[in-house]
Amino acid sequence: MSFFRHAFQIAAKDLRAELRTKEALNASLSFALVILLLFSFAFDPTAEQTREISGGLLWLVFAFAGALILNRSFARELTNDCLDALVASPVSGAALFTGKCLANMALLVAVELICLPVFGIFYNVRWVHRFWPLLLTLILGTWGITVVGTVFSALTVNLRLRELMLPTLVYPLLIPALMAAIQLTTGLLAGQPLAAELTNWLKLLIGFDIIFTALALGLVETVLMG
Amino acid sequence: MTAVSAAGVWKYYGDYPALKNISLTVASGACLALLGRNGAGKTTLLRILAGLSQPSRGTVSIAGLAVRDPRARRNIGILGHGIAVYEEFSAYENLRLFAGLYGLADPHRAALEWLERTGLDRVKDGLVREFSRGMRQRLAVARAFLHNPGVLLLDEPFTALDDRAIVVLQSLLAEARSQNRTVILSTHQLREALELATHVALIQRGALAYAGERTPIMLEDPGWLYRTYGEA
Amino acid sequence: MKDKLLYAACLLAAWLVLANLSVILLVLPDEAEQGAIYRIIFFHVPAAWSAFLGFLLAALASVAYLVKRNLWFDALAVSVTEVGLVFSIVNLITGMIWGRIIWGIWWTWDARLTSMLVCALLYAGYLMLRRAVEEPAQRAKFSAVFSIFAFIDVPIVWFSIQWWRTQHPQPVFRGGGSMDPAMYKMMFANWVPLLLLFAVLSAVRLRQERARSEIDALRREAHAL
Repeated sequence: MSFFRHAFQIAAKDLRAELRTKEALNASLSFALVILLLFSFAFDPTAEQTREISGGLLWLVFAFAGALILNRSFARELTNDCLDALVASPVSGAALFTGKCLANMALLVAVELICLPVFGIFYNVRWVHRFWPLLLTLILGTWGITVVGTVFSALTVNLRLRELMLPTLVYPLLIPALMAAIQLTTGLLAGQPLAAELTNWLKLLIGFDIIFTALALGLVETVLMG
Repeated sequence: MTAVSAAGVWKYYGDYPALKNISLTVASGACLALLGRNGAGKTTLLRILAGLSQPSRGTVSIAGLAVRDPRARRNIGILGHGIAVYEEFSAYENLRLFAGLYGLADPHRAALEWLERTGLDRVKDGLVREFSRGMRQRLAVARAFLHNPGVLLLDEPFTALDDRAIVVLQSLLAEARSQNRTVILSTHQLREALELATHVALIQRGALAYAGERTPIMLEDPGWLYRTYGEA
Repeated sequence: MKDKLLYAACLLAAWLVLANLSVILLVLPDEAEQGAIYRIIFFHVPAAWSAFLGFLLAALASVAYLVKRNLWFDALAVSVTEVGLVFSIVNLITGMIWGRIIWGIWWTWDARLTSMLVCALLYAGYLMLRRAVEEPAQRAKFSAVFSIFAFIDVPIVWFSIQWWRTQHPQPVFRGGGSMDPAMYKMMFANWVPLLLLFAVLSAVRLRQERARSEIDALRREAHAL
């Protein structure tokens, strides 16, 4: 099906371009690590406190670092009017969007997987024993951020103050997803099993992802067409 | 056979009409020169014909298909103000990418072939970032013609081309004509355009002031059209 | 004629509020736990209802715009969103006053108040977005898309915050669920004038937006000549 072929071609293009310049990746990663460090100085949490804030801390870092990557997503198409060439091509808006989501997802998850061990070391938190449920949370939460962030990256690409508009619009929308991801992460790192309460947050996160993916796929063509 | 048809196209920016009731048909193999002052609406119309912009009213079809239909889009080649190639990729990578997006059977070979035709084969692995202006323009032309589109939409293509690029473009356009492909180009360069054109359309403040065949008098006296049909 | 209708509606609203106030202040008894201040609920809650009504209308108008591409729907969307935002701020401020009086603090992360704060942020973002886009059709299109996203997010936000608060409880304004039926009736009775006010403000804003649109078009035409 050409939808998937196009989506993978776009994802591959974005990843190849990003890996070549590493602009967004470097900015995002350094920003994330710096904030992690700063929080440690600012709050100097005890072991007990760290356990309580771990989810919040990690996901705030991921959300802020993510904005840098997401901003770049459609902004990279502005030089030389490349976006026009893509929109005029047989690639559908939905395929273009999906391809970019896949690329952004890969980049953001990579940043997160680097932050996790750094966090573990600096804050003295054991996480390896919960790796698989944590990875599930990372992926579901990051998909929520990516999907909403990418569609608004497309929307804000031509606006003045793009770097300001994207976080302003996206962060309030993401509150349910971030909250669920935070609760899940804190719970998992505190040793809670993935059952009962935590499963409810998991369901919320999955629901959020499904609803907003569908909404984004439905509206992205409208956003892209002039 | 009608290759490009616009019927009752209006484009509003807010309550202001940038295009007013544009209806025109361009037959296969024709070459239409779209003339008009700056701000008349040439670029707006071309973007609508290319499927980049939605008309507020009216329809556009390419060979009978709606312009946003993927089959129609596969058949359109565009050359706008921007070169629409990626700076961080090489000439080859750019063409290979677009060949893949357009679903060509052998994207690798198509890319190489067009690099050669536009004289870029020797720099095929060079990054576009390092190209001269003329080289970039030639790559843009290669990208536009790469998938052998039946319809070519060119927005002021001769602006900012160096001599070598102009030669390449003119020969490609002549070849396109001989292959019965349709070309619509907007321009300020009256002479070059009128030489290539079989038909002419004049847009004046969003409306079609004249549309018809190119006559000998237009070629002899390029300003004639503006004086006769245009405003002072 | 239209003006007279708007003035009449205003007067009616004012009269109703005064009538209600007399009942609220004089007739209804003090509430068991909260004393006199609970009366603020008769503005606090209907304001929230009005805000949500505004956001719902905005979402519907946004869908209508995307389908019909008629700028009147865009004007409607921005008008009811602005008025809805004002009512949400009224809800927040009355909530804060209430909290200050009962518990001595200006803000608690009460589920309802927090949800309303997020909604206010969302729709303030909508207004910011509009300021960032010059071209009217594009502005209408982008705000419509955002309005739809925002409205679909509202119930999810509400739900997730409720849930967060059940896990980490904080004091709530209204302890039990049940309320004296007379008070319930008054909340609805007081909603009527607020709705009238909502309609009047939206109508005025809508008219202003359409006028601005017309001026904009004339200006573009003048520049083109």
